[in-house]
Amino acid sequence: MKRILMISAIAIAAAGLAGCGEKPTVTVYKQGKYQGKPDNVPWQGPQFNNNQTEWEKAIKARTIGQNEYVRVGS
Amino acid sequence: MARMKFLCDAERCIECNGCVTACKQEHEIPWGVNRRRVVTLNDGLPGEKSISVACMHCSDAPCMAVCPVDCFYKTSEGVVLHDKDLCIGCGYCFYACPFGAPQFPQDGAFGLRGKMDKCTFCAGGPETDHSQVEFKKYGRNRLAEGKLPACAEMCSTKALIGGDGDVVADIYRTRVTTRGKGAEVWGWGTAYGKAETQRPPQTGTK
Repeated sequence: MKRILMISAIAIAAAGLAGCGEKPTVTVYKQGKYQGKPDNVPWQGPQFNNNQTEWEKAIKARTIGQNEYVRVGS
Repeated sequence: MARMKFLCDAERCIECNGCVTACKQEHEIPWGVNRRRVVTLNDGLPGEKSISVACMHCSDAPCMAVCPVDCFYKTSEGVVLHDKDLCIGCGYCFYACPFGAPQFPQDGAFGLRGKMDKCTFCAGGPETDHSQVEFKKYGRNRLAEGKLPACAEMCSTKALIGGDGDVVADIYRTRVTTRGKGAEVWGWGTAYGKAETQRPPQTGTK
């Protein structure tokens, strides 16, 4: 009887320890490498003539224009 | 360098679908494809909230990670775009996207699933800027014109704002600190002015 209890205790302990060996199941996605055609930057067109600063200024002005507290005063 | 982002203010969105219409009109998007749509929570109940949803141009975009043909790329402004010549219309990006942004138009005689279509932040795609091919595949390239996405610029209540993430965050911060919170945002006081600033009714009049 004592032996059976001991064997079952060892078996339970082994089964419990088996859980510790679990591998991580969360997948880490890797960023793919783009295979398509190259795209040009938005300031390369005739409107901005490769002038990135002018383009950024134009975009910033438009973005700030969405703030009506600045536009009409609060 | 600007990092382009959208922000939808649920306190302001009135579910007018102006952004959806502006997007459809600007890019001549076919029937059945919605690059942008308005989602309403607790519809019909007091305090219902609406929010305009499209591609959020994620910093670590899951669509890019799962695409089997690697047709996605991110521009220097942080806009997530894709090459339709490479896309095989498998739909993996749709399963990966938490916003349901990728759309698949029906294509061919048997209504097969076509190549993926999604919000481009009005930045066109990998074709010559302002060309007919670019317009047909990806829509208008407003960024190259120095303009912001049509949906954000058309929003009547300015619930939807787009542009450089830092500037957008500044605008939203100003808005939130000015308007207050909770019941201060909407209700009688907001619509008709605070009780203490209102004139008492004159006696002897109706």
